[in-house]
Amino acid sequence: MTSSQGPWWLRWLPADSRAGVQRRAFIVWGMAAVIGVAQSLLSPYQHPLGMSLLYSYAISTCIWCLCDPLRIVLHRWLGAQPPYYWSFNARSIAYQVLAVVVGYAAGTALGDAYTGQSSWQLLQLSPQRFWGFVLGSFGISAGFLFFFYHREKAQALEQQATEARLKLLETQLEPHMLFNTLANLRVLIQVDPPRAVAMLDRLGDYLRATLKASRTDAVGGGHTLADEAARLRDYLELMAVRMGPRLGYALDLPDTLLQQPVPPLLLQPLVENAIRHGLEPQVEGGRITVTAQPDGPRQWRITVRDTGVGMDPQAPPPPRADGGFGLAQVRERMASLPGAGPVQVDSAPGQGTRITLTLPLQP
Amino acid sequence: MHATALIAEDEPLLAAALQAELARAWPQLQIVATVGHGAAAVEQALALQPQVLFLDIRMPGQSGLEAAAELAEEWPDAGPGSAPFPVIVFVTAYDQYALQAFEAQAVDYLLKPVLPERLARTVQRVQGQLAQRQACAPEQSPAAALPEATLAQLRALLAPATPAEPLRVIQASVGQQIRLVPIDEVLVFEAADKYLRVLTADSELLIRTPLKDLLPQLDAGAFWQIHRGTVVRASAIHSVQRDEAGKLSLRLRERPEAWPVSRLYAPRFKAM
Repeated sequence: MTSSQGPWWLRWLPADSRAGVQRRAFIVWGMAAVIGVAQSLLSPYQHPLGMSLLYSYAISTCIWCLCDPLRIVLHRWLGAQPPYYWSFNARSIAYQVLAVVVGYAAGTALGDAYTGQSSWQLLQLSPQRFWGFVLGSFGISAGFLFFFYHREKAQALEQQATEARLKLLETQLEPHMLFNTLANLRVLIQVDPPRAVAMLDRLGDYLRATLKASRTDAVGGGHTLADEAARLRDYLELMAVRMGPRLGYALDLPDTLLQQPVPPLLLQPLVENAIRHGLEPQVEGGRITVTAQPDGPRQWRITVRDTGVGMDPQAPPPPRADGGFGLAQVRERMASLPGAGPVQVDSAPGQGTRITLTLPLQP
Repeated sequence: MHATALIAEDEPLLAAALQAELARAWPQLQIVATVGHGAAAVEQALALQPQVLFLDIRMPGQSGLEAAAELAEEWPDAGPGSAPFPVIVFVTAYDQYALQAFEAQAVDYLLKPVLPERLARTVQRVQGQLAQRQACAPEQSPAAALPEATLAQLRALLAPATPAEPLRVIQASVGQQIRLVPIDEVLVFEAADKYLRVLTADSELLIRTPLKDLLPQLDAGAFWQIHRGTVVRASAIHSVQRDEAGKLSLRLRERPEAWPVSRLYAPRFKAM
């Protein structure tokens, strides 16, 4: 349980921030020791080691407290989102500068209270040394903040990408689809071995394409409409074995467009949705048609049409464990594709669904 | 007499395979019908009254679970010429949530692909249950035809898996306008063909959301399901009556109608 709840002494912080705060605390305290020792050894003014460490720890701990745990407590006010609690705006910059100033003053006061000296006297005795300390502390704090901000931002981005890939895998390798396909294969092996071999090959290609797409985010990568159509045929053939006469399909793709680049697995989620949410719930099944055609000199269109149960495009999607991801993912990928048009959805209950994608025509 | 069974499975190859496997594991079992969707399963089961049902969970139209619930409600009461409620075996490729509910094992289940050893165990269990029934007197109260353990498990399987964000306002289109009704004013939701009737003390609206999509958004403590197609506000219930045939019906404080309570949900109403 410790790993999921984080360290006990940080239980008062949001659960997803605890591990990070503890990690940063240890880094800061480790560095405080290095700074204290370095100051004692390198300074021409011969600071006793104990004094150096005392001030180094007091100041760094105070600054850390304000810059890290308190920032997380105040994350809403600072405009930051969990689980990545950093933000970069005027308010958060002002907060961090103030946190370093207040933290420095508080740490110095703490050290003074313990030693009975007054560091502020140094301002009169040797302004140069005083400002040296202050600027040194500010520089180190700024360095820490910069380092942590960038490191965590990179980590958050990587985590997002990993989650998206995982979600794609989960949608593609839906256990219901997989086990039903295996059950069908088990039957075919006994009654129709050649068909079983053909189905197994399709399944192999389908799994390979899915794993490949989950590993690369390549938009280009030489994947063409012809490649995408081959993947669609794999999937549709697998489904045709399972659904029998309830599934009919046609791919109407002109030869002139077959070499056009397409992001890998762009059409697959649409066809899967058409089957899962359109045809499967319908007792009599239905038909899926995928059409490609030129649309003016600069663009071309792909249409995925089904004769399934349809939906109310205005209605909020009903709560489902697996749903919604396919179309949202296609929209996202189309939005990041230069020259692509918006995803057009035409559907009504009982009328089937038609989804149209507009892509830029490559010479 | 040989035992009889019905198979409901939407994938033709799998239906044929289950029938073939059953022929090996239980040669005396007579398959009286093989159907491809839930509504047909209900219709054929009521017409042919088989002793065992093999129901795929995910089927077009009505799911295997919904078909079982409808059968529990529509199955004729015990009496001359009526058979006891069938022993149900659910078949599923993968259904994490359902598998949890199956752990009580009042109803058996099979995982696809169906393996011969596992099927043999199921056959044994079903045969045991059928033998037990024959040992008991066949003429018993209607409740005996439907063991409470089976009903409880069906209710658990039908309960929404994951509660959604609670609904606060019902939005219904009336002519050109959208009427908004706070959920606190709603007394009854009743499925009616393609619509859902929403009744308050003095008005009636129609919405298109199916009851099964609405259920996860309702507070299960405030709204009680009393029938496959009826959900009522618990605090609005005035009384529950049992007629001579043993059927329950319910009256609300602010509505004149009587609402039938189905067998599946009748156990909820007991004196404290």
